[in-house]
Amino acid sequence: MPFEELLAEDGRVEPRDEMPDAYRRTLVRQIAQHAHSEIIGMQPEGNWISRAPSLRRKAILMAKVQDEAGHGLYLYAAAETLGVDREDLLDQLHTGRQKYSSIFNYPTLTWADVGAIGWLVDGAAIVNQVPLCRCSYGPYARAMVRVCKEESFHQRQGFEILHTLSHGTPAQKAMAQDAVDRYWWPSLMMFGPPDDDSPNSAQSMAWGIKRFSNDDLRQRFVDMTVPQAEILGLTLPDPEIRWNEERGHYDFGTVDFTELFEVIKGNGPCNAERMAHRVKAHEDGAWVREAASAYASKRSSEAVA
Amino acid sequence: MRDWPLWEVFVRSRRGLSHVHVGSLHAPDAEMALRNARDVYTRRQEGVSIWVLPSAEIVASDPGERDAFFEPAADKVYRHPTFYDVPEGVEHL
Repeated sequence: MPFEELLAEDGRVEPRDEMPDAYRRTLVRQIAQHAHSEIIGMQPEGNWISRAPSLRRKAILMAKVQDEAGHGLYLYAAAETLGVDREDLLDQLHTGRQKYSSIFNYPTLTWADVGAIGWLVDGAAIVNQVPLCRCSYGPYARAMVRVCKEESFHQRQGFEILHTLSHGTPAQKAMAQDAVDRYWWPSLMMFGPPDDDSPNSAQSMAWGIKRFSNDDLRQRFVDMTVPQAEILGLTLPDPEIRWNEERGHYDFGTVDFTELFEVIKGNGPCNAERMAHRVKAHEDGAWVREAASAYASKRSSEAVA
Repeated sequence: MRDWPLWEVFVRSRRGLSHVHVGSLHAPDAEMALRNARDVYTRRQEGVSIWVLPSAEIVASDPGERDAFFEPAADKVYRHPTFYDVPEGVEHL
């Protein structure tokens, strides 16, 4: 069935179907960036594994970081169905030609940041990702179904960390509040630039890759999060947040997108550190990949003999 | 990794059900493919059995020829029980 007809009836595009080059390129860029975000996202939280406050918290955090690696792999596998090579995508990440989500360029200064990342960053990611489960490209949509199932554990564990801190000593509560203060605005930036400044959105919507606009998703996240903050006993660092009866939504302040663009350009607090760590991890793992290849070829030559 | 073959992964979620395709991964050999598949696709007890097979070994029908390829089944509605008229009152048929 021709591509346009397929989209018109909300069908799914599969790897060997004919598709416009621009559709393919857009998907490769988006899925690769998404995959890169998952594996770079392991770093801010991995930073706290060795210092988690209890064995229970440590086991949970390790499982979560391992999930992020898994999500990266689901997504690289989905990208490869479009005819690209995972190794090339990693090269492009390592040489700065492909991006990852700018949220991971912020540091995790305290244990409470692990909670804030789970609650806010994973919460925002879920709002972004749930509609992607209905993306027009089948392999991406299927990967997102798996990712979303696993993300809900991530968000809950973050909420639980903050809830525990918030109901602990005054110092613990202050630590939780500080983490939320630092992660709130960057989390809102995760939805991307405002609709009137998002050049690719209309085309992505027409292609069924994107289902809701950046501002709609951002509003959904705010509406979901404000009541949860009240239950946590924490405040969100925006004096303009208030319920708007007329709109049926929470009003909130203006996001400073100049900060987002600066971080995307490479001027965030941790851009260089994240990249250096990623490249080093890849290079340090080279001998493992070589050994696995050598072992496989030795085994197969033995099998022939 | 560049020359590691791609493997397709199939997981049986529990006994009595068939293996279902869940995704793919790169691995140098079948043994590593199985172990990686376990770590990537069954972290939450999603499976009791895994198959991996080299993607290059899969022979697939051509999506461009779908209509012609599946056409023989298109005009044989009498293969479905709903094709038949059953008189009022007939049971267990």
